[in-house]
Amino acid sequence: MSHLFAFLRALEEGPQINSTQDLIVQASYLIASIFFILGLRSLTRPDSARRGMQQAAGGMLFAVVGTLLNSGILTYQWIILGLILGAIAGYPMAMKVPMTAMPQFIAFSHAFGAIAATLVGIVEYRHAFTPNELTGQTPGLSHGVAAALGFEVLFGALTVTGSFMAFGKLQELITGRPITFRGQNAVNMGLMAVAFGCFAMLIYQPDTAWAFYAMVALSLFLGVSMVLPIGGGDMPVVVSLLNSYAGLAAAATGFAIGNNVLIIAGALEGAGGFILSVMMSKAMNRSFANVIFGAFGSGAPAAAKEKGEAKESKTISAEDAAVQLAYAGSVVIVPGYGMAVAQAQHICRELMELIAKQGGEVKYAIHPVAGRMPGHLNVILSEAGIDYGALLTDVDDANRVLQTADVAVIIGANDIVNPDAEEDKSSPLYGMPIFRPWTAKTVYVIKRGKGTGFSGVENPLFFKDNALMLYGDAKNVIGSLVKEIKALDDSH
Amino acid sequence: MTQIFQLYVFILAGFIGFQIIQKVPPLLHTPLMSATNAISGISLVGALVAAGGQYGKVSTILGFIAVVCAATNVVAGFLITDRMLAMFGGPKKKPETAPEAGK
Repeated sequence: MSHLFAFLRALEEGPQINSTQDLIVQASYLIASIFFILGLRSLTRPDSARRGMQQAAGGMLFAVVGTLLNSGILTYQWIILGLILGAIAGYPMAMKVPMTAMPQFIAFSHAFGAIAATLVGIVEYRHAFTPNELTGQTPGLSHGVAAALGFEVLFGALTVTGSFMAFGKLQELITGRPITFRGQNAVNMGLMAVAFGCFAMLIYQPDTAWAFYAMVALSLFLGVSMVLPIGGGDMPVVVSLLNSYAGLAAAATGFAIGNNVLIIAGALEGAGGFILSVMMSKAMNRSFANVIFGAFGSGAPAAAKEKGEAKESKTISAEDAAVQLAYAGSVVIVPGYGMAVAQAQHICRELMELIAKQGGEVKYAIHPVAGRMPGHLNVILSEAGIDYGALLTDVDDANRVLQTADVAVIIGANDIVNPDAEEDKSSPLYGMPIFRPWTAKTVYVIKRGKGTGFSGVENPLFFKDNALMLYGDAKNVIGSLVKEIKALDDSH
Repeated sequence: MTQIFQLYVFILAGFIGFQIIQKVPPLLHTPLMSATNAISGISLVGALVAAGGQYGKVSTILGFIAVVCAATNVVAGFLITDRMLAMFGGPKKKPETAPEAGK
């Protein structure tokens, strides 16, 4: 037991050490860590997920209460006021945000967490070089703690501005197109090198305050300049990556103030965000580096223009489409972000119920990168009350179902159903795993108008023999399909 | 020595993170991101120490701002995660109320 106390004592940097009190604090952190891990594990199953995350929230409460018992905390008025203000700000934000805006909301929330991590880093750094009131001595900083604080502000500050930029792009406050200039990557690399130089200086000589603050400033700037050249379509990868950075910043905070729950939670998030961003890149058929440095989508539209226009795609009227849908045995709906933009998810459910009433079966094929963040459309469809059992989230599974489907309905999706990804080696999409809706008997494409998708690439699917276009706003088009099917039903 | 222990904790927790998160189905990737976002609000713990440690006026103000930001992150993060997961709630059950009216 004395061993354990010694270990815990070593982790605790408070001025007076009271073993029993520290044991309680550390126990609360341990409980919080366990709840966090169990909470994340519960997310592997949809039916257990909610309760698991509620427990994780309880874990957070444990960690906070545990910290407040910490002997290092001397005044409470600012803490209480801060907690109240945070809760007042956070509650309406969380309850009002529409599900379509989830990606920018998460980016925004990241920025807040990162501001906290960065500020804590600055406070700890200042504290280390402020003379003690009683003894007049400065606590100073070991090389190791200096490194941890450096990491903390480096990742923290980068995440703050990077998240705000991602938020701006997703919210369309800033253009979604990549903003680039000549030698941009070289400038970013140079600045990064300077930041790392400062970092090295800080580790070598922890009392070099200018190096510390220069690093914060450079990092803030890098957050902006690294996200600006990344296209709006690639924001899901950026948001997951910032997720990872926010985690690393939190873990570094844990190293700096000797707190295990911060290290554990930060490591979990760091790993999670990293995996997700790699998975996203893979689903878009791009290397991770290509997303970060590629400025995708800036050159593509010009190249795409040359091919198109020559062929005409066939259209179909809502009445004819409705008849086919009403008698279809199996229908697969392939939604893209266009469906979410048009807010067509509720009317989709109505369509689905009508087809089911006629004896048909409806499934949704959800591509990993459909929407503005990983799994985004699943959330939007679930919000509309569509059972998650009807969602096909695996590309291979969905393609198997599509082969035997009577009708495939594409709603506001483009790149994820582009046959060029399999057929045209010169296409920027080549190699990306896609759905093959053209293997169904008939394909309906609901699309706002002629023209290319988000990536600016022409889609030959629209010219296939079994592809029929329904131009118009997704909500209106599906609305008229629903009306027609209802009319059919009544006439019987 | 302390920092070696911390490194152990970090690496092992990272492994757990990798293992668990790889098993999360794409269906729940958005809630997963919002969940990890909420958990990263754990910076709140650091912010509490900074705000309550009586490190001087400037530090207290910075710490206070950190507490507000981190608390916002925690509260908003967990609430929104819960809101999303509620929609994936009961297995294979259709909601009775009109979707537009709810929430």
